[in-house]
Amino acid sequence: MRLPSRLRLRPRELACQQVVELVTDYLEDAMSPSQRRRLEHHLDGCPHCTEYLAQMRETIRLAGRVTPEDLTPQMRVDLTNVFRRWQDEG
Amino acid sequence: MSGAGRKTVVTVGPALAPDGTDGGTLPAMDADASLLQRLRDGDEQAFTALVERYHSSMLGLALSFVSSRAVAEEVVQDTWLAVLRGLGRFEERSSLRTWLFTILVNRARSTGVREARSVPVADAGPAVDASRFGPSGGWAVPPEHWIEEAENRMDAAKLSELLRGGLAVLPPRQREVLLLRDVEGLSSAEVCQVLVISEANQRVLLHRGRSRLRQLLESELGGGPR
Repeated sequence: MRLPSRLRLRPRELACQQVVELVTDYLEDAMSPSQRRRLEHHLDGCPHCTEYLAQMRETIRLAGRVTPEDLTPQMRVDLTNVFRRWQDEG
Repeated sequence: MSGAGRKTVVTVGPALAPDGTDGGTLPAMDADASLLQRLRDGDEQAFTALVERYHSSMLGLALSFVSSRAVAEEVVQDTWLAVLRGLGRFEERSSLRTWLFTILVNRARSTGVREARSVPVADAGPAVDASRFGPSGGWAVPPEHWIEEAENRMDAAKLSELLRGGLAVLPPRQREVLLLRDVEGLSSAEVCQVLVISEANQRVLLHRGRSRLRQLLESELGGGPR
């Protein structure tokens, strides 16, 4: 079991609540090397934040697999007309 | 582009990249390049394929600038007409989709009833609700496990629907960034170009939007706080 976080927290250590706000900077590679090391140090000792990071990665992956909504029949007709109009413009 | 060849409907080459359209960023761009060539040859099927591919995101983006679906649909149609008319000038210095989304955003913005924005972040809520942390900032209610659940418990269509619903209720600025970056797979530089925002601002919007979608997935799949 982990100790209560207030007993583990040293002055320079990140709290979980800070880590969840840094995840995107981490994934976007927008951190200084020292910030990055600090975050990774936290992740090494914190299964919950490691889980959180994995969930953010999974969220991104699933968003990338969102399929387009079907066109409505009316939009299909309208867009076909757009194409024909362009063709007729000569 | 040769103006003479434009009107002839000639179908050459495969309709899509060999592995289809649903293979992530690079295959999607390969497919676009082939469709672009066919479109320049006046191929209506290529037009239809591009419309099917981008319509949903275009509409979602347009809706974040204008007040109604009807107006958003008009913006999408205007955009396609502008794309067709601009084919001869399009020099492929950016990808087809970056060009397409740039035209869309410009039109939606000038059509939009909303005020021109001064960028920053209206929604500055935390990534995770503060009630889930203890007094010293450690997890009090840690993230519920759901990653494996996602695809076991929901088929792809349901997950898509869930996330589309989640995207639809994001604050508009976040939705724009998420649609372009995570759904369409544009690079951060491309997103900044299309939306005319800074990298730092893009990152903040991305962070808020992704955090909300993660929370949505946790709530639906993990048995977390509802």
